Amino acid sequence: MSRFVTLLLLALGLVAAVPALAQQEQSTAPYAYRQLDDPAEEEKAQALMETLRCLQCQGQSIADSDAPIAGSMRSLVRERIAAGEQPEAIRGWLIERYGDYVSYAPRITSLTWPLFAVPAVLVLLAFLLLRRRFTGKSGQGEEA
Amino acid sequence: MSGKKNPEATSRPSAWVIWLPLALFLGFVALVLIGLLRPADRNVASALVGKPMPQFDLPPALPGRPGLDSKVLTNGKPHLVNIFASWCVPCRIEAPQLGALARAGIPVEGISVRDSTENLQNFLSENGDPYQRIGADDDGKVQLALGSSGVPETYVVDGKGTIVYQHIGEIRPEHIGLLLDKLKEAEK
Repeated sequence: MSRFVTLLLLALGLVAAVPALAQQEQSTAPYAYRQLDDPAEEEKAQALMETLRCLQCQGQSIADSDAPIAGSMRSLVRERIAAGEQPEAIRGWLIERYGDYVSYAPRITSLTWPLFAVPAVLVLLAFLLLRRRFTGKSGQGEEA
Repeated sequence: MSGKKNPEATSRPSAWVIWLPLALFLGFVALVLIGLLRPADRNVASALVGKPMPQFDLPPALPGRPGLDSKVLTNGKPHLVNIFASWCVPCRIEAPQLGALARAGIPVEGISVRDSTENLQNFLSENGDPYQRIGADDDGKVQLALGSSGVPETYVVDGKGTIVYQHIGEIRPEHIGLLLDKLKEAEK
């Protein structure tokens, strides 16, 4: 009987040990799965992490991803925020290494400005065209 | 409302304008097809190629093997810096190629990412060990500092410590020639 109990305990112990083993290679970065103690700092870090791309699972932000490299990036963000660095400086540091692709927050650069300018130009154009249509027909009969 | 006006006399769009929407639509279809048939390259290349290697000093990953200090990379000779891990399957595929490069006299330096000593030892005894030095990058910080987005990746660094080339993914036999060319370029 006591042998049975020992076996049972051993089996339970094995079951409990498996998740711990599986997590081993996940991430050894200290703040990958641990929040900062200061809620204000954690909030800042969280806001930044949600706008940084995971480089392995590229549709996700590092806040959402369980990829090991995302864990490393989270830890980097949290540690630097805790050290007093500004979120935009951290974003800049990552862009310097990975290019604009790593950031979900669009920047206006010499390459990207048409993305912002074209919609404005189109709206303006549509406004001018419509105004000519509505006013040009019968002179003053504008109101419905 | 304009029914009483003569439609012929006002503005009839000229012949080519009629085809414009169709042409736009076909252009759009062509764009979609290109995107479908030739998916974009999803590798994120390091923006540091052509720039100096960031400074770092990694502790040894194995007892009896030096760690990797970036100062070693400025000793006047070109190096290969290989980012790898025992848990990475493609790293096993590239091991023979790295071994061949090391036998050809090229200094191969290793950065082992998020790994344990025991797993690393097993990996090296199974797949061969081309590394002069292996630095342990346990939290992945140096990997991020180098702009590396995965394992394996291999950087060609010239004698002054400038990154001249980044190889993303495993080194297959057909890549050795290219790497040797880049190393030769780096020697100049």
